[in-house]
Amino acid sequence: MLVHVSNMIIPLLILSVLLYGTYKKVPTYEAFVEGGKEGVSMAVSLLPFLLGMLVSITIFRASGALDAFVHLLEPILSIFHIPPDIVPLALTRPISGTASLGVATDIIQNEGPDSFLGKLASTMQGSTDTTLYVLTVYFGAVQIKKMGDALKVGLLADLIGITASLIVCYLLFG
Amino acid sequence: MVNIIWAGLASIGIIYALFNGTMEEVNEAIFAGAEEAVALTITLVSVLVFWLGLMQIAEKAGLLDKLAKLFRPLFKRLFPDIPRDHPAMGYILSNFSSNIFGLGHAATPFGIKAMQSLKKLNHDRPEASRSMITFLALNTSSVTLIPTTMIAIRMKYDSIAPTEIVGATIMATLVSTIGALLIDRFFYYRRQRSL
Repeated sequence: MLVHVSNMIIPLLILSVLLYGTYKKVPTYEAFVEGGKEGVSMAVSLLPFLLGMLVSITIFRASGALDAFVHLLEPILSIFHIPPDIVPLALTRPISGTASLGVATDIIQNEGPDSFLGKLASTMQGSTDTTLYVLTVYFGAVQIKKMGDALKVGLLADLIGITASLIVCYLLFG
Repeated sequence: MVNIIWAGLASIGIIYALFNGTMEEVNEAIFAGAEEAVALTITLVSVLVFWLGLMQIAEKAGLLDKLAKLFRPLFKRLFPDIPRDHPAMGYILSNFSSNIFGLGHAATPFGIKAMQSLKKLNHDRPEASRSMITFLALNTSSVTLIPTTMIAIRMKYDSIAPTEIVGATIMATLVSTIGALLIDRFFYYRRQRSL
């Protein structure tokens, strides 16, 4: 049901913008092209920001340093009843969206989507966004050089999100 | 700070590979990471062109202004620095609505437009303004009502109840968003005091 509803959202949104625009006598096609032009240069100007960040993250992951880091933290996390299998997901979530989606999919595939870990992984992945990506893309697009407290705020928010996912899942499914 | 994280991740990775014997994997990773960025950019081109085009129609038809008016009472409190009826508010709201419905791809173009107009408000200075940091906090914690990607993955692995996680996700996302906004306020007042 919910999936059907979410399948409808985008087409219905497009339909209503087109109908309302035509009703308001907006030259829809010309306006679309005019707005779309901006998108090309925007995406191209983001490439160096994304490329730099992704190369650095992939090196960190491929060298095995990420796994070692996770392994190092495991004893501390087990004190707080955090299942060790979820740690890689919690640590990759703020850094890389594709990497954490991969980790989450792996957990769901191996533990089953309806197991506690499967549900926890789904909740954790779905409830927060990739801080480093958001920061790279949004500040990269407008050439912000001094980020102020943005990174700290973003990472602390991730910590809260991950803790919240854990607590909510223990309460609902534990 | 982002410079340190960026250089740190790569440097630690390379040094670790020296001792761990994973230099071959690192070599592959350098090009794999670069290729992934190009692939991501191509996806971004299609997404940005489409949604920015559609948004231009919505903007010309006056839909963005309507949206901004509707939610002004709430967002006025979150972004006290944005003047009444400023276009930035319409973009922020479009971005926020896209996130809520799990349309992550549509959220990015609106977010970039929002950032551009926030930068203009900040007299094109190269540092992040108060509103920018709040907007970023709102986005990194991303309020989600329908986690479409996760539902799809759960369905793919034959979950008996793929949407069972929706309630948990909404609760977790609400807590993290409120938390993010509180942390943002805390840092803002700390900055004010130190001035």
